[in-house]
Amino acid sequence: MNIQATITLFSSVIAIFFIGFIFSRKKTNDASFIHDYYLGGRSLGGFVLAMTMTATYGSASSFIGGPGVAYNEGLGWVLLAVTQVATGYFTLMILGKKFAIVTKRYKAVTMVDFLKERYQSKAVVLLAAFSIVIFLFSAMAAQWIGGARLIESLTGLSYHGALFIFVVTVLLYVTFGGFRAVTLTDSIQGSIMFIGTLVLLIAVVISGGGVTSIMNDLREINPNLITPYGSEGQLTASYVSSYWILVGVGVVALPQIAVRAMSYKSTKSFHRALIIGTIVVGFIMLNMHLIGVFARPILPGIEVGDTVMPEIAAHVLPPWLAGLILAAPLAAIMSTVDSLLLLVSSTIVKDVYINYINPDASRQFLKKMSMTITALLGIVVFSMAVQPPELIIWLNLFAIGGMESAFMWPIIMGLYWNKGNKYGALASMIAGIISYMILDTAGFEPLGMHHVVTSIVIAFIFYVTFSLFFQKRIRSA
Amino acid sequence: MEQQDYRFKIAHREALIGVGLALFNFVWWFGFAYGLGSQDVSDYQYVFGFPAWFFYSAIVGVVIMAVLVFIVVKFFFVDVPFDEEVEDAS
Repeated sequence: MNIQATITLFSSVIAIFFIGFIFSRKKTNDASFIHDYYLGGRSLGGFVLAMTMTATYGSASSFIGGPGVAYNEGLGWVLLAVTQVATGYFTLMILGKKFAIVTKRYKAVTMVDFLKERYQSKAVVLLAAFSIVIFLFSAMAAQWIGGARLIESLTGLSYHGALFIFVVTVLLYVTFGGFRAVTLTDSIQGSIMFIGTLVLLIAVVISGGGVTSIMNDLREINPNLITPYGSEGQLTASYVSSYWILVGVGVVALPQIAVRAMSYKSTKSFHRALIIGTIVVGFIMLNMHLIGVFARPILPGIEVGDTVMPEIAAHVLPPWLAGLILAAPLAAIMSTVDSLLLLVSSTIVKDVYINYINPDASRQFLKKMSMTITALLGIVVFSMAVQPPELIIWLNLFAIGGMESAFMWPIIMGLYWNKGNKYGALASMIAGIISYMILDTAGFEPLGMHHVVTSIVIAFIFYVTFSLFFQKRIRSA
Repeated sequence: MEQQDYRFKIAHREALIGVGLALFNFVWWFGFAYGLGSQDVSDYQYVFGFPAWFFYSAIVGVVIMAVLVFIVVKFFFVDVPFDEEVEDAS
């Protein structure tokens, strides 16, 4: 459809990955392979840490899905999206120094490592590994689809062609690059997104004739668009507030976020990451979703919500600039997929295979196995993404909610409550996952809140009750 | 677990600060959004073209949090060393 935009899009993506690749090459020779491939050798500086958190979390759901919903729902959805500013500081502050100190002491490389050392239970490890694989598959499929939609609407390729291009690029990169390469490219993408959303927002405001006139147009289309309640008034205060749990504070429990919270170099970089992260997340979330709302009067009648972002960019910007700016979300999606792939493969290789099947595997063998599994996983997800659901955001939110219900309390209580034990952790994970699945299938939202809130409350009760109940058995054992 | 580590005391305090910030953030966000936003649309006030509820809750809210985090980290967070393993080994 648009050759100029296509060329800039792909050359920027290639450039970003090339840089990450070169830099990661230099350092991965010494040190232990597993440690380095999955954790970057615990050496992230403040800026890189902030950016990699932002890029990992603010991926397809925010960049492709989110603005699409904002387009349909109006300012109420932007209000909901800014709850994510809490993720910028809350996750890092809560896991904070304690998580870094404890995981270092445990020599933990993944979140499952932490659970293993903390609870000393095979059942906890296997259940955790199992839920990571299940839920991250949903999350990855969401990213895959987002990436493909973006390429599709910008280049005019068919969805399947776009999906194919996307997958090949990601697999090549992640299979050879590992964690450090991923976090490095994250910083570049984070920076492009930061500037890119600002440029796009300004262009959209100009194209719409200024904020006042856009607001007037929105009010004429549907007055509800400028209220906090959504286009049909269906976004109630309690529903939107429950997103504080789902996409705000609950993000603490996501394995891909937690692994980053143990990978920083010093408390100095941690402090810098807090400040930079809060600013960057707040800024990008606000801008991105505002763009979605502002696009409504400028380009009315877009039917597939996921294509709002690429279409509005192509509409208000010169083609080469649209390509350059869209390279950032595309790269962000890729980096999210990369991190998720790495996580699933580290779960299988490190947490299950090395722990329980073959602790003495040779380094060479592990290296081959990690890469093979990473590549295999990619292919499986690809086949899942071939038949995409309507809006990727719901798929992504499902996965996020599921992992939060499972891991919230085993991580937080494991960190801060000495009486917490493996019985509590197991009961909490099982209760959290099952209640989440049931509520999700039934579409039941108690008290008008997202069902993740109920599941997290249930998981908490189970954690505390079972921990206390079996306390004696732990002591006497 | 080894509770006597002095760094844990610092870590616990900072985690509590995080909870405090999030609570404040929520109250600010909720108060302006639903306090001002629940009026009839025809009664809305506008700031820089945005409805007032949105301007204060979302835009000012994000800026305030960024400033607060900056202040808190600069003045209340303490640097601690991470290299205990090295000492243990030697």
